[in-house]
Amino acid sequence: MRALGLLLVACATLLAATAAHAQGWPLSRYSVEGRNSGYFYLGQQTRLLQDDDFQNPGMFAVDAGAAMWRRVEGTQGRSCASCHQNAAETMKGVATRYPAYDAKSSGILNLELVINRERVEKMGAPALAYESPELLAITSYVSHQSRGLPKAVDITGPAAPFFEQGKEFWNTRRGQIDISCAMCHDDRPGMLLRGDTISQGQTNGHPMYRLIWHTISSTHRMFEWCNTSMRAEPYPLGSPEYLALELYVTWRGRGLPIETPSVRK
Amino acid sequence: MRFSLVSLVVVLAAGAALAQAVAPERVPLQAHLTGPIPPLAKYEIVGNTIPQPLTAQPGDAVRGRRVIADASNSTCLICHEVPALAEFPDQGKIAPPLEGLGTRYTAAELRLRLVNAKLITPDTMMPAYYRTEGLTRVQPQYVGRTIYSAQDIEDAIAFLLTIK
Ligand code: HEC
Ligand code: HEC
Repeated sequence: MRALGLLLVACATLLAATAAHAQGWPLSRYSVEGRNSGYFYLGQQTRLLQDDDFQNPGMFAVDAGAAMWRRVEGTQGRSCASCHQNAAETMKGVATRYPAYDAKSSGILNLELVINRERVEKMGAPALAYESPELLAITSYVSHQSRGLPKAVDITGPAAPFFEQGKEFWNTRRGQIDISCAMCHDDRPGMLLRGDTISQGQTNGHPMYRLIWHTISSTHRMFEWCNTSMRAEPYPLGSPEYLALELYVTWRGRGLPIETPSVRK
Repeated sequence: MRFSLVSLVVVLAAGAALAQAVAPERVPLQAHLTGPIPPLAKYEIVGNTIPQPLTAQPGDAVRGRRVIADASNSTCLICHEVPALAEFPDQGKIAPPLEGLGTRYTAAELRLRLVNAKLITPDTMMPAYYRTEGLTRVQPQYVGRTIYSAQDIEDAIAFLLTIK
């Protein structure tokens, strides 16, 4: 069964690759050793939308994040720029390392939560609500500074148990529909699920602009969506369960260049 | 008291009108997914089959067609192409097309396949449409409920058998 799955994946990947090649698309930039960005599975229109910064609707969030970068907030009278100056230099490569183990909280932090901690501890500003336009904007801006750089998270040492937890989450059937993440995203990328082409479920483009939601969206919102589509009770956005899952999923896509802001269907 | 009697009459009248308006529909689709949790029908597995129907009411192929195509309740079209339902766009292509079922399967075989395909192929992705136990983290509104009602299963089988 597993072997059949792999064979099907191989065929689907080959077909997708051939079709794209015929259109002359530089897909090699979206694929590393068989690990494919969601871009790989998009239709031509959506790819064009992502490729053009002037049309990419996710760029609004990046621009809003740029303004926030310089905005003084909180009791310390600081902005992000007060400490980190020019984001193009200081934030370059930062997003490639997250999620990561954090010794202080003995848990996993992703980019959203690291930014929130900076706000609380360094700026004396309130943490931003998960999935709020502000948190998505500043996260998109920071991640955008690493566009083109490969995702490379550390899953060794103290991160290892969280990685295992995320891996187990990924492979567990859940919900009334009783299917796992792996059944779609490991075993069936390239295949049609109703009208959608299933991708490998990679996160290198996140935060992404999701067309059906008409908004920039986080990885955890996508987890929530996939969970409820299997009629499984989702976990809260920013929860330890989703952070462990994000660590595993990001490792699955290791080496894929960051695309933030990506556009997805 | 008077008020409730009046409303009772109104409700009865409305009920009768409704029953007429939706004449061929004995049970509305998804009725089992809200309100009191319906009791599970008992069934016996014999080999790769469930020989006895889950309901006394025989399957209705016309309603079964609507059950199968119901986009908001785990339609087979998510995964399967069903040429007999050609009017529905965007059919899935991750499972074998549902063709010639009426010539390849008996009702008893299809019944087990729909009730719990995992008893035939343990690692299948196909959901068990009549199962409530052994699941992980089901959303509260679905706990104790099956995807299809017992009548849905019988009606679906009646329709699937018409696919020659
Ligand atoms: C029934 C099939 C199915 C299952 C099971 C499923 N997903 Fe998805 N997932 C989709 C579809 C469809 C999309 C949108 C198209 C795409 O990118 O694949 C998607 C998208 C995603 C994306 C965004 C990909 C991108 O390029 O931005 C991530 C991340 C993801 N899923 C993770 C998960 C996780 C984690 C689970 C398990 C909790 C899961 N999925 C379970 C169907 C599924
Ligand atoms: C989430 C995916 C999924 C859904 C939804 C689904 N199936 Fe399947 N089905 C499969 C897969 C995968 C197989 C391949 C055989 C196996 O894995 O057991 C299959 C096999 C079958 C078979 C045997 C096929 C053959 O040619 O012999 C029948 C019959 C069938 N399904 C009927 C249905 C019906 C009817 C529905 C809806 C009530 C349905 N399936 C919903 C995934 C699905």
